[in-house]
Amino acid sequence: MTATAIPAALLLEATDVSKAYGVVVALKSASLAVKPGEVHALMGANGAGKSTLVKILSGAVRPDTGRILVRGREAAARSPGEARRNGIVSVYQEPALIPDLDLRSNLRLTGTPVGAFLHWANELGLSNVDLSDVALTLPLATQRVIDLARALAIEPDVLMLDEMTAALPANLTERVLEVVARLRGGERSVIFISHRMIEIAAVCDRATVLREGETVGVVDVTPGSEERIVQLMLGEIAGQAPATTSADVYAATKRQRDLVPRLQVKGLAAGTHLNDVDFELYPGEVLGVVALEGQGQDELFDVLCGATRASAGEVIVEGSPVNFRHPADAIRAGVVYVAADRAEALLMQRNVRENITLPSSALPRHWGPIDLGKERRRVNAAVETLQIDARAGAEVRRLSGGNQQKVTIARWIAGGVKTMLCFDPTRGIDIRTKNQIYNLLRDLVAAGAAVLLYTSELKEIQLACDRVIVIFGGRVVAELPAADADEAALLRAAYNLKQEETLPEDVAAEVVAAEERAE
Amino acid sequence: MTTISPPTEVRPTFAAVARASFGRDAWVLGLAGLVILLLFFTRIINPNYGAGGLQSLSVNVLPLAFAAIAQTIVVISGGIDLSIASMMALTNMVAATLMLGRSDEIGIGVFVGVLVLGVLLGAVNGMLIVWTRVADIIVTLAMSFVWAGFALWIAQAPVRSPHDWLSGLVNGSVLVDFLPKAFIVLLVSVSVVWIPLRRSRHGLALYAVGSNALAAFRSGVSVGRTKVLAYALAGLFAGMGGLALSAITGQGNPLPGGFTLASVAAVVLGGVSLAGGRGGVVGPILAVAVLSLIQTDMTFLGLNSNLATVTQGVILIAVVVLGSLTLRRRARA
Amino acid sequence: MTGVQVERRQPAIASIARMFRDQPLIPLLMLLLALVAAFAIVRPGADFPGFIAAQIRTAIPLAILAGCQTLVMLTGGIDLSVAATGSMAGFVAASLYTGPDSLFVAIGVAFLFAALIGAINGLGVGVFRVHPLIMTLGMGLVILGAANAYQLQVVRTRSGVPPELRWLGSATEGTFFPDSLLVFVPLTIVIIFMLRRTGFGRLLYALGDNPIAARLSGVKSWQVLLALYVISALLAAVAGFLVSGLTNVASVTLVNPRLLPSVAAAVIGGTSIFGGRGGFAGTIVGALILTVADSLLSTLGFPEAARQVLFGSIIVVVAAFYSRLTTES
Repeated sequence: MTATAIPAALLLEATDVSKAYGVVVALKSASLAVKPGEVHALMGANGAGKSTLVKILSGAVRPDTGRILVRGREAAARSPGEARRNGIVSVYQEPALIPDLDLRSNLRLTGTPVGAFLHWANELGLSNVDLSDVALTLPLATQRVIDLARALAIEPDVLMLDEMTAALPANLTERVLEVVARLRGGERSVIFISHRMIEIAAVCDRATVLREGETVGVVDVTPGSEERIVQLMLGEIAGQAPATTSADVYAATKRQRDLVPRLQVKGLAAGTHLNDVDFELYPGEVLGVVALEGQGQDELFDVLCGATRASAGEVIVEGSPVNFRHPADAIRAGVVYVAADRAEALLMQRNVRENITLPSSALPRHWGPIDLGKERRRVNAAVETLQIDARAGAEVRRLSGGNQQKVTIARWIAGGVKTMLCFDPTRGIDIRTKNQIYNLLRDLVAAGAAVLLYTSELKEIQLACDRVIVIFGGRVVAELPAADADEAALLRAAYNLKQEETLPEDVAAEVVAAEERAE
Repeated sequence: MTTISPPTEVRPTFAAVARASFGRDAWVLGLAGLVILLLFFTRIINPNYGAGGLQSLSVNVLPLAFAAIAQTIVVISGGIDLSIASMMALTNMVAATLMLGRSDEIGIGVFVGVLVLGVLLGAVNGMLIVWTRVADIIVTLAMSFVWAGFALWIAQAPVRSPHDWLSGLVNGSVLVDFLPKAFIVLLVSVSVVWIPLRRSRHGLALYAVGSNALAAFRSGVSVGRTKVLAYALAGLFAGMGGLALSAITGQGNPLPGGFTLASVAAVVLGGVSLAGGRGGVVGPILAVAVLSLIQTDMTFLGLNSNLATVTQGVILIAVVVLGSLTLRRRARA
Repeated sequence: MTGVQVERRQPAIASIARMFRDQPLIPLLMLLLALVAAFAIVRPGADFPGFIAAQIRTAIPLAILAGCQTLVMLTGGIDLSVAATGSMAGFVAASLYTGPDSLFVAIGVAFLFAALIGAINGLGVGVFRVHPLIMTLGMGLVILGAANAYQLQVVRTRSGVPPELRWLGSATEGTFFPDSLLVFVPLTIVIIFMLRRTGFGRLLYALGDNPIAARLSGVKSWQVLLALYVISALLAAVAGFLVSGLTNVASVTLVNPRLLPSVAAAVIGGTSIFGGRGGFAGTIVGALILTVADSLLSTLGFPEAARQVLFGSIIVVVAAFYSRLTTES
């Protein structure tokens, strides 16, 4: 907002940075220019390459191409230690404190002056820090703030805050934002990464927006610039065909007939992110779930698939309350889970057949000899249904991402599906496979199954879902029929921004700010 | 924006802090108490047990105590070293053969050289682990053959090589009868090597890498270099263990004793988490003393001394099971 | 994520490496044949069939112990109690043996103790989540101590290795058919069948490859681990019987020198210490390679010392080779 006070020379300049992991290009050509004394937001939807750029700047990952300059000096770092010496220090959502060491040792490890640390800790609202406390005995929120105070104390040229406010309680977030805001106009700069528009608006001077691995724009943050940022993040929204209305009608009529929900969730809470979620999932529908990273969706799916226990609330499957202690319980109740992280779901060193038939050996009564003929028929049927290209199937890790994901789905298809939980099943896979997976999900629900689909790609909602719920801060904040759930509407809902675009922009911002304060 | 006074939930309660910090030392204090109790108990069942008993206890535990320190350092950094006994055998053999028939002055030179050799052996272990990216347990298992093989190459059978100055370092007492020299040797080597290191950034890096390698990396620690340091230190203490064997037995024995597995047991009993990042060397040293005293007492009581081995195993498992149970309870709370 | 497919070139070395990874047995067998051929060259006039028979006889107990390690390592564990269990089993069988009639009782009791040991290991690792290294190390100490105590009790009674076991462990039919193959061949078939063709075998690989995936698929790991460690202990007992038969010794530390080589044989045979990869066939070849290499080096006049050094170096090199092959950046 105080653009006039910023000197012209750049403090940090990254140009044409790219990075590929094997065949997956995470970052095509990203640029970032940060002026001294500014707080610079780095924005991008999930998978835009933001986290890769952050890792490169912080020295955790080395770029394939590109230059990074700090105060005009070459500053491409081979390790976080080197980045630190070059003047770039990062604070992550996951604190980088050594859990088993006390705070004094943690400070000494990073060569942080104790006096300056205590000063900043005090500024951040921790007035009575005991340096002999062991890091892991402190609440996570405190650890995050201490990590920040430690970073501030070494007075880096560039302080990078990567989603560090995402899991802080409101009062601490406010303190952090205050301190960050106070750094504006000084010698040093802050790169600020957050999903919360309200925070961007409160503390940032400019925002660089990434999309599909490229820098697509730099925006001066002013009241109302949220819309511009959202537009840049979305890019050209091609007119997607909305989901077939027949599907909507299908789901609607089913519900009108007062079906028993296949899955009903009431006041569910777990961990620190999932607070109070309610929804119903009916047979014959794909219910979409949309949320920014870290809004409780991971915990929701973990609880529903039996991997973790809920701290509060109820899960009801076909009218009877359930309490899953182990995924085996969920599977017995007909609730199966397809994970986004294929490293979590697959036996990477084993072949396609063993991966598909894994659940069928789980119970001790199925430990005996395997009927290979029967198994082959079953696997072949699933492979055919899903059109899995299993030529490189001796080791699943050599399959393409799309084929790997199909294998994780085939595992459950082979046994017949009642309720399927899909957590971002199309993450990082090609468009053709994505379409096959959407069609498969539609086929499943047409046959009477129920599917809960979390996706980080907003345009999937209209392609695959009947209905969508949006989760923010561990609660359901919106429910939309698929027909209304275009990307812009979903993104606004996901950022918990309101729909009333007719309000003057500055008024809208005020309304949002007021609501945020009220929380 | 309103200013907020530090909210209470940000700081853990005093009781929690007290419990956490006391809990860390409680185990070591408990072990120390157990050692004292066992000493009294030994005195009761054998009234002749006195200064001489203390001296022989200190002398007997010295090699294993060094092995336990070596293992502790590696375990703290998140690894495990199965080659400690072999490194002890090799350094023991080198010391015995090089000192054989030489003057005391040369012997002292050899003494220093053997310690350097220990560091080198350990550093080779560490570098192989870092370069090959093979699991610590496999590399050190394989290297245990290599080091033991070199020891056997020097001589097939034990080499007599007694030196008064060397055995004088560990036998007898200092100032008063109740202060065994072997104990002082242990104290000095720990306070010369480990204590200053532990306070330094390199020492902290050992804990950091074992506690959370990613957080350590992000804090600017070089993980590979730190691992090599850990193994080199283990080599140094294994070298001390080898010299202790020379001093006590007056010979070089090419066959490795059971120090490796015993050192792992001592580390676990000493309250050092195998997951890394925690603990110190005092607990394992006390654990070595406890194990030795249990054996002594069983002999005095006329019990089958093999029951001591059983007790050792049962204690080892019980400690780990209890540890995992308390961890789980904490995770649930 | 933006997934852009990029063609990557396949150097020739990579395809050789891939062959090694897919069929580790072929290069291992080639290495074994080379070692045998080397023996034939350095000792042209030697009793070749006798040599082969002796190698097989010596390798079989090692291969069975390495089989224990293979099964356990597939799940990402290790069993350091096999030596103590095997020694105990051999000793118990010898001490209870009074004549041909008592053979089954003697062996049955030994198996029973082994199963008990395995069950305790399995409960510790599977239910109480004790690290396998610690659990089996501790159990090893317990067994050794208990066996020692038991040894003092029975030392007065004459205890000798049952002649049936001596025959099984050390006799040879004709010129080169060791009788221990009568036990080993069926055992091998059962183990390989179990690993490849049963649900239980699949779960061993699954647990070692990805315990999270196994759990999410409804596998309760403690059940698998309990059964696994019992099987491992029973196999260790068989190995113990054969070693006592081979050496005609029944002692409570009899099998100890074979403990670390058993881990080495499994590693050389291509079983990963991290789990999920490997098999018994490779392990058998690994045990044979270690045995033949050992004899060859001693035939060549290498001292025991040099053999140990080479032995250790081979393990490091092979393990490093596997780790390079199997880690795809």
